[in-house]
Amino acid sequence: MLKVNNLHAGVEGNEILNGINLEVKAGEVHAIMGPNGSGKSTLASVIAGKEEFEITEGNIELNGVDLKDTSPEERAHKGIFLSFQYPVEIPGVSVTNFMKTAINESRKARGLEDMPANQMLKLIREKSELLEIDRKFLSRSLNEGFSGGEKKRNEIFQMAMLEPKLAILDETDSGLDIDALRIVANGVNRLKSKDNAIIVITHYQRLLEYIVPDFVHVIHDGKIVKSGTKELALELEDKGYDWLKNESVV
Amino acid sequence: MDLKDKLVSSFLAFENNIDVEHPVHDIRSEAIKNFELKGFPDRKEEAWKYTSLNSLQKIDFSIFPKGINALEYKDVKQYFLHEIDTYKIVFIDGVYSSFLSETTHDGVDICLMSAALSKPMYKQIIDVYFNAVASKDESLTTLNTAFSKEGAYIYIPKNKMPKKPIEILHFATGNEAALLLQPRNLIIAEENAELQIIERHQSLTSNEVLTNSVTEIFAAKNAIIDYYKVQNDVDNASLIDNTYISQKSNSVVKVHTFSFGGKLTRNNLNYYQNGEYIDSTMKGVTILGEKQHVDHHTLVHHREPNCESHQDYKGIYGEKSMGVFNGKIIVDKIAQKTNAFQQNNNILISDKATINTKPQLEIFADDVKCSHGCTIGQLDEEALFYLQTRGIPKKEAAALLMYAFANNVLASVRIPELKMRINRLIAKKLGVQLGFDL
Repeated sequence: MLKVNNLHAGVEGNEILNGINLEVKAGEVHAIMGPNGSGKSTLASVIAGKEEFEITEGNIELNGVDLKDTSPEERAHKGIFLSFQYPVEIPGVSVTNFMKTAINESRKARGLEDMPANQMLKLIREKSELLEIDRKFLSRSLNEGFSGGEKKRNEIFQMAMLEPKLAILDETDSGLDIDALRIVANGVNRLKSKDNAIIVITHYQRLLEYIVPDFVHVIHDGKIVKSGTKELALELEDKGYDWLKNESVV
Repeated sequence: MDLKDKLVSSFLAFENNIDVEHPVHDIRSEAIKNFELKGFPDRKEEAWKYTSLNSLQKIDFSIFPKGINALEYKDVKQYFLHEIDTYKIVFIDGVYSSFLSETTHDGVDICLMSAALSKPMYKQIIDVYFNAVASKDESLTTLNTAFSKEGAYIYIPKNKMPKKPIEILHFATGNEAALLLQPRNLIIAEENAELQIIERHQSLTSNEVLTNSVTEIFAAKNAIIDYYKVQNDVDNASLIDNTYISQKSNSVVKVHTFSFGGKLTRNNLNYYQNGEYIDSTMKGVTILGEKQHVDHHTLVHHREPNCESHQDYKGIYGEKSMGVFNGKIIVDKIAQKTNAFQQNNNILISDKATINTKPQLEIFADDVKCSHGCTIGQLDEEALFYLQTRGIPKKEAAALLMYAFANNVLASVRIPELKMRINRLIAKKLGVQLGFDL
């Protein structure tokens, strides 16, 4: 589904990603780990199409199509979803209205009519139950005054509504207590299918106890320095990142 | 003949038509003398540095409208807050329209300035309040005072509250090639009285219209007044709004100004605090395009201790539009424990748009909290990216963010139907296609 080939990218001449290679197939869950500043979030943003990053070499393909010159909204319409570490507050626009706008914009891009109101309401009810979201919560302004946990849960709710092919969860576990973490992870697990793929970006192994990855990759200095199965995450938890840093120098 | 000369020489003709024995005669005569002395303000004056009235003065405005054009309610319904029941004081080309109005004398007086100025039963109140807070030397105010004759007169006695909000509407029909309107409003809320007013000036023509309006507002102890100004006029309509507010202890007066249209709009909003524990609140949303020009000049004079003032103005400027915000706060030496907040945030969405923003604080007391902040910026790139990743195209995402930016000011609008209207106007003005009920 996703192929990242020798990706080099940076901001204003400062290279952050130095040749990333990654292949994600439908039905798989990949975890990307690494120390702060290693390029994890940059990789997520570049895949989602953030314009401030410039790709200097390599490319990103989704289902065989190069995503070069594809805007973030077009990538969203093609099925890429990025869950933010720090979701943005939008006063005056309720969660429900925001979701209606997002869904109908995607439908418009695919040449479909707006989703009928009753169908939309049914979908919202179904997905909010999945994430144990209170009905009252849906009429609040998007992310305004939300706790850290509410923001993250709301991100996964949006993911559930948009049903992406490729979901990238950037530090979704940060700021979550154990109960919220369980709800969020359960939600993600129930959205998992043989047709979609998930990339989980995290600093700690904790989240991976709940969302079990098929593959674990470690990024350091903008490069994947080690890939393995879920056992690699445990090893990292044990030894820290330093041994890999040394390894990458060698 | 320039406009000033025309106005001065018209004054005699104006006076000939009304009772010169009336005490207001002296006030008018004094006012025209002051106007003759000062003339129209020009850009050499600090307060008019960014707003020029020169081109307006070259227009040959009619000062006395000749006749009245009847309007059908269905043709102007959209300008009323028709979703709810309201009292209405409606003027067409400066002349009262009884057909479109709904006034009352049932426990409260919601009626006409011409009646208040001419009938003996109102004399006592006119003697006390008329021209009592309006400036005696600011030239545009004195010009209005000289020609003061018609407008809204609202008197709410102690402990009373009108059953519904009051709308003051001025329509211009294009009967004249160019029309000068000078409405004069007097609003008095006695102790514990409460009222809500919506004011709107609407030209229905492409002919030139200039409105020079003066509103005096008196809030007695514990009175609560919500005043909403909807400024969404057509391209050839200009407005100079001079509002003077005198507040007594524990009163709350909130003025919301929504500026979305018109050629040139100047808002002179002046608060004078004459008691303790007063709340003076000013909020504004300005969204301009084309060559529109809006100038907000606010003044809060803290004259007694323990009072508050809040100012929150948001502006979005596109194309070649120009905005001005000048917020003056004076805290007298006696006014200890004053809390004065002022905020003016602006977004420029075009390289050719301009905003001039200036806080002006004169603080003579030492135990006060005064804060002010003004920002001029563009949209937050991270926020745009966030919305785009949800499939919302960049243009719509930008509009949505601007909507959110402006929408913040609406939390304090206490008439839900009006809030919804303003919300829709903001969305429309920004081209937001949200496809949902706001």
